[in-house]
Amino acid sequence: MGNAGFRALIGAISLSAVSTHALAADPLEIGIGYLRHAGVKQTLSLVMQPADNNGIAGAELAIEDNNTTGRFLNQHFTLHDVRLKDGDDAVKAASSLAEHDGFIIADLPPDELLKVADALRERGTVLLDAGSIDDRLREQDCRGNVVHVAPTRSMLADALAQYLVWKQWKRWLLVAGSHDNDKLYADALRRAATRFGAKIVQEKTFEDTGGARRTDSGVTLIQRQMPVFTQQAPAYDVLVSADESEVFAAYLPYRTWDPRPVAGSAGLMPTSWDAAHDQWGAVQIQNRFVKLNARHMTALDMQAWTAARIVGEAASRTNSSDPKTLFAFIKGKDFSVAAFKGQRLTLRDWNLQLRQPILLVDGRMVVSVSPQEGFLHQVSELDTLGVDRPETKCKLP
Amino acid sequence: MWRRGLMSLPVLWLATASPASAYVAYISNEKGNTVSVIDTDTWTVTATIKVGQRPRGIEFTRDGKFVMVAVGDDDTIQMIDTKTKQIVDTLPSGPDPELFTQDATGKILYVANENDNTVTVIDIEKRARLGDIQVGVEPEGMTISPDGKTLINTSETTNMAHFIDTTTRQVVANVLVDSRPRFAEYKHDSSELWVSSEIAGTVSIIDPVKHAVTGKVTFAIPGLRSEAIQPVGIGITRDDKTAFIALGPANRIAVVDTASRAVTKYLLVGQRVWHMAFTPDEKYLLVTNGVSNDVSVIDVAAQKVIKTIQVGELPWGVTISP
Repeated sequence: MGNAGFRALIGAISLSAVSTHALAADPLEIGIGYLRHAGVKQTLSLVMQPADNNGIAGAELAIEDNNTTGRFLNQHFTLHDVRLKDGDDAVKAASSLAEHDGFIIADLPPDELLKVADALRERGTVLLDAGSIDDRLREQDCRGNVVHVAPTRSMLADALAQYLVWKQWKRWLLVAGSHDNDKLYADALRRAATRFGAKIVQEKTFEDTGGARRTDSGVTLIQRQMPVFTQQAPAYDVLVSADESEVFAAYLPYRTWDPRPVAGSAGLMPTSWDAAHDQWGAVQIQNRFVKLNARHMTALDMQAWTAARIVGEAASRTNSSDPKTLFAFIKGKDFSVAAFKGQRLTLRDWNLQLRQPILLVDGRMVVSVSPQEGFLHQVSELDTLGVDRPETKCKLP
Repeated sequence: MWRRGLMSLPVLWLATASPASAYVAYISNEKGNTVSVIDTDTWTVTATIKVGQRPRGIEFTRDGKFVMVAVGDDDTIQMIDTKTKQIVDTLPSGPDPELFTQDATGKILYVANENDNTVTVIDIEKRARLGDIQVGVEPEGMTISPDGKTLINTSETTNMAHFIDTTTRQVVANVLVDSRPRFAEYKHDSSELWVSSEIAGTVSIIDPVKHAVTGKVTFAIPGLRSEAIQPVGIGITRDDKTAFIALGPANRIAVVDTASRAVTKYLLVGQRVWHMAFTPDEKYLLVTNGVSNDVSVIDVAAQKVIKTIQVGELPWGVTISP
């Protein structure tokens, strides 16, 4: 459809809304904030380089979807985006968003997220954490006004471990980066190995000594480095890498000394979403997203879409725009949201983490979806992923 | 288009000759890009017809001369001549057609187009598009009231059943149901509209006059997690006493007493059961099992599965000759 055609369609939508409903009252207005940082992280692969609107593009699509539903219910959703620059005060920015928005989608580092959550608690503003996978935000540092839409590191690690164990690749060579996040991911992978019966035969650390991610003669050097780095390992089935910092993992596939598959931060990767995911009606949202943004939909886009849809779902079920009413519904036992994962997604009531299946992808295809068959749980098989109720350190008021 | 269809889509005959008394069932195979033809006397596949990409919604024309099949990835509906088993024409649906329904006269077709939030209205005989109706996000389920006056469309992400006046083509009411409504079916006496919600795992029963949900059918299968119960296709017997509901990855058909709205029996069928169709004499109910690539035949009176027929890859929809 051409641009003019699209505009005509929008016109038709608003006309039909008026004629079918003849609603005299103004629509319920529901504002959603979006708080993020300017700039994107550098990735080893050019293909994986996130777009400038990574994340918010998903929220924008959800607002459009919410509004399509909203025109039948006389509800109207708006999104207010704030991009923090270096030195900007996140609390100040969040407070000004909170003047019109009862919900703020947050793509913030963990410490900043906590500061913002604490500053907005009195006001009753709810944060929807779309960007941080730190387990501690759902455990010892959990907050009653933060809903976590992003999966945790432990959920991602468990999803991968279940598959590797199912595949009988139980001897792991663990290679972790030297940054804090890499170490946290390595912790989660160690925990997963213990839980699901894999064995880490050796651990190695890949020190980040600095240097550019892109050089004109990069491949030659890497081709010599990586085999040597993975030489003399004890017998193993799969190399599991923890490199959230994008320093080395993408260099590992096809370059290990022994011919072994790579998983974790490269090779077979656990994620909440992938542009290749096409099951359970996902093609429909992938198509809508590409049409709107002329690029593929990332995990962060999907997490933000889900966050904004959670608010939309609560508004249509409660027929309310009052944040307190909406949040009570979201925390209630009747809440669930559909997000193209083949089953309804619900919240863990002990820490407000969204339960969700995790995709295992290779950058081209979806290889599998965890939880794997046979990993059983008395409440929900989705709770075989991540920290479960009996182990939680979270105590919500 | 006609020529292309005839020239480039050959028919694969797997068997010939069927008794004249038998009905013929057409099954759309979503992944196989084929339609399997089943003889209901011998319960065998008598032909496999190559069609366009991702065939799902499938229905006989009222006169029985054609089978219409929505081929979503080709953005069209193909018409199979039931005599020659050849694709002879296409209908101008919108993008990614999935399910459709026709009016009582068999002249007008209403198509749900998942990709652009519309229902397309088509004149079947003229093969012409008459207009579009704006509905919610991801329109899917389609049915028409027995009096032909009301068209129902369900939208999967908006979670509504939209009531559309077929004369004015205006949405007159919207009823919120549970998440991901996939299929809608009227009782023959028009007193109730049943809508299945795949992700929520329920079937909502709607009063079509009051436009209100008056009850819900819920399901519980011992030993099966509730997330696996995902209702999709619905079939209601002509006496309106019994409903059959396909439960997707629960691999079962629920038999529901429509008066009490309680499940009386679960019939084990193949994997990921999608849609269903009764034979016109209502002796049998055929259901498509997506993951196990087969069709289960249910004896309606005995409420028993009597046969399993292997078809193409990922069978999805089924229609039976009038």
